[in-house]
Amino acid sequence: MSIWYPLEQFADWMAFQVFSLGETTRMGEAVRFFVYDTLKIFILLFTIALIMGVINEYFPVEKVRQYLTARRWYGADYLIAALFGTITPFCSCSSVPLFIGFVRGGIPLGVTLAFLISSPLVDTVVIAMLLGVFGAKVTLIYVISGILAAVVAGYLLGKMKLEKYLSPWALKATNTLIHGAQNQEQVRFSVRFTRAFNETMNIVRSVGLYVFIGVGVGAVIHGFVPVDFFETYLNVNNLIAVPVAVVVAVPLYANAAGILPIAQVLVDKGIPLGVVLAFMMAAVGLSIPSAIMLKKAMTGRLIAIFYGTITASIIILGYVYTWIFS
Amino acid sequence: MNIQVIGTGCPTCKTLLERTKEAVKLLGVSAEIEYITDVERIVAMGIMHSPVLVIDEKPVLVGSLPSIDKIKDLIQQAG
Repeated sequence: MSIWYPLEQFADWMAFQVFSLGETTRMGEAVRFFVYDTLKIFILLFTIALIMGVINEYFPVEKVRQYLTARRWYGADYLIAALFGTITPFCSCSSVPLFIGFVRGGIPLGVTLAFLISSPLVDTVVIAMLLGVFGAKVTLIYVISGILAAVVAGYLLGKMKLEKYLSPWALKATNTLIHGAQNQEQVRFSVRFTRAFNETMNIVRSVGLYVFIGVGVGAVIHGFVPVDFFETYLNVNNLIAVPVAVVVAVPLYANAAGILPIAQVLVDKGIPLGVVLAFMMAAVGLSIPSAIMLKKAMTGRLIAIFYGTITASIIILGYVYTWIFS
Repeated sequence: MNIQVIGTGCPTCKTLLERTKEAVKLLGVSAEIEYITDVERIVAMGIMHSPVLVIDEKPVLVGSLPSIDKIKDLIQQAG
């Protein structure tokens, strides 16, 4: 019996008793799907955001910077940066201060970029949504491969000696070295928990509407579009589909919360999971607003190299995913 | 009292600005609220998150979105 059994029962009851829709009707199936999926996603979103929030309370970016500069890591710093990137809530608006803050603290450029790549790619909302719609196995593969991609891309970028391509302002700002971190306050767990809880509510509130819309659209497709629809009408060639999905995803700059429930039904109806995952990664990892923000700190050339490397990594991962899940 | 909301124009920063205006209105204090969208200011302060809430030149809140009540507390503590 799955842990979601009570939810299934509840969704059945809502659709077939409360709304008294027929069990075999399309509408009944769509409503059941909607109730089940939204509840499940909100429970996961809340739980994961809270866990990540509490962890983040103990490892804020200031502390991460301190760890990374405290000793020589001999390459392990790429992995540490990518791991911490996942627990740090990502906002494109913080990317520049964070970038400068890391480089200024003496963290190598490649390590800093590994952090910047993994932070939006493996994010609280993405993890919760993936768990909700595709389950634990797919989520685990996504998270591990996302972290690895950030490590490899960060390492390669670090080897390229790109420091000279920082914008003049950033070069000046990063040259004023700052030492030592701010005093770490002793804060009680209850206070940290309350802060994490408030942050969680902010996250749930900000993506809530998108979950409803995403699952709503998904429910309609789920109930009314025949299974195998895409397999029948769309001959998906993985070799081309992966790069196309990645390119199409960039301007969408989504919102994992809205896109994943739709992605789920598309997979049900015959679009390969690997293509959908590459699409997802590109949508969250390659955001145009973020690139515009980074323009302040990087020259156009560095931005092109940075985003080019991420794009290439995602396309390669897309092929790996289609291979794993086919 | 001088209150500054320093952000980069992201949705979180704008919400913080709205909530700060609301908190000032509810408290009925006379405060001048500035909205600064210059990243250089944040970097110069040595801060790694936006938005930042600054009351009378002192950063009182960094990188999070507090409730209106919390902002009211911060204003009262500073005032």
